[in-house]
Amino acid sequence: MKKYDVIIVGAGVIGSAAAYNLAKKNLDVLVLEKEEIGIGGSSRNGGGVRQSARKAEELPLAIYAVNNIWPNLEKELGVNIEYHQEGNLRLGKTEAHRQILADIVAQGQAQGLELELIKRDEIKKICPYISDEVQYASYCPTDGHANPMKTTLAYYKKALELGVKFITGEEVTSVLIKEGKIAGVKTKTDSYSSQKVILAAGYESKFIADSLGIEIPMRKLLVEVLVTEPRELMFDQMIGTAGSDFYGHQSEHGSFVFGGMTGNEPYQFDQKRRVTLKRTAPSISRAILNYFPLLKDLNVIRTWSGFLDQTPDHLPIISRVEEIDNFYLACGFSGHGFGIAPAVGELIADLAAEEDPALNLSSFKYDRFHPKS
Amino acid sequence: MDKKIERSFNKEAFLSKSDDEMIICRCEEVTKGEIRKAIHEGMLTIDELKKYLRTGMGLCQGRTCTKLIKNIMAEELNKPPNKLKNLTPRAPLRPIQMQIYANDDLNNFG
Repeated sequence: MKKYDVIIVGAGVIGSAAAYNLAKKNLDVLVLEKEEIGIGGSSRNGGGVRQSARKAEELPLAIYAVNNIWPNLEKELGVNIEYHQEGNLRLGKTEAHRQILADIVAQGQAQGLELELIKRDEIKKICPYISDEVQYASYCPTDGHANPMKTTLAYYKKALELGVKFITGEEVTSVLIKEGKIAGVKTKTDSYSSQKVILAAGYESKFIADSLGIEIPMRKLLVEVLVTEPRELMFDQMIGTAGSDFYGHQSEHGSFVFGGMTGNEPYQFDQKRRVTLKRTAPSISRAILNYFPLLKDLNVIRTWSGFLDQTPDHLPIISRVEEIDNFYLACGFSGHGFGIAPAVGELIADLAAEEDPALNLSSFKYDRFHPKS
Repeated sequence: MDKKIERSFNKEAFLSKSDDEMIICRCEEVTKGEIRKAIHEGMLTIDELKKYLRTGMGLCQGRTCTKLIKNIMAEELNKPPNKLKNLTPRAPLRPIQMQIYANDDLNNFG
């Protein structure tokens, strides 16, 4: 049986970016995927390439990705990934919103991020289509958005070109150990040999890690997005709100892509299938029209949903596993993994290649979740 | 479960065909040649093609082009078209204005 240098489980944006970075280091890589390329959260997100309003631990990953990777990624991968860096506006109407935004701005500024709290006149200059009711916004000019579907497929395509092999429709069930060392992975129908394994399978990483007795606390959470018919370009900022009732942007194609939640989703069904719920798109529509009343005539043409893989502290797991040499985890991105994915792909590849990663990853260890007492 | 597909870099050069200019997805104006080239580059499922090229993402949501795309895929991948997946149907069934959608669930709470 062929022995690979590294097997990656999961062909999402993290797995594909890791494969691309490992192939650049001349390693022989196999990616195994249960469904198809980018079928999970990688292509089911709002496309935000956002630094603002990230937790202090995660912000350095986003700043690193925006400073070092995103601007050149299109050229590097040879596909138009629709990266636009025209800023992020997080909008607020009330005093309570202003307080939330002020806290976000203070934290970002303390970590050196270009981020300010602006008022209505300044907001209107940046985006004239916003409702007059909006009084405040946090504004980060170096934030932006990209097309998550094309970014994921571009990483996959480039990894293929560099010699990475992908097998899709191949569900990994456990990690194989021989004489105390990683020997490969077992799938439903086959097994594959490798001395190193990276788990980047989103929520499903939990069950594969469990095959080695490694516990990863994560839960699945349904989020929904609606897509409108195209319009001439109205604004190019990434939009969010202090109340977190919707987020999104207008794509290069002209469609608006807006996501959100009613808040009741986790309690409504068993979270097994990706479904769209009858109250969610209406709820997102109301949220959008509260901030962009001008969009009322726009047709919604499609809705879709996807799952977050949420950890207890909403921070990702990007870590080598102490108990088992050559076993690595990249999962639990908690709904904000896309923007940092290019950085994570690079950092996890550095870990697996036994090189020093450019950033300190100690906040993202898999064994940081301790009981209350 | 999805059918197993092994994927590695296609070293053969892409060969264009005389009917490559033909529009297949009318809403998004995607040609047969663009679809053939994307398959050649490794987009091997109807959803991967959709995400890469926008085929089936327009106003008709693939009602017109799904069969045509499957026939092209069948020819390029040497598979019978009835073994290929369809695009996932998405709500709403017809385009609906945001102001109408926004009130869709308000009259029938309970």
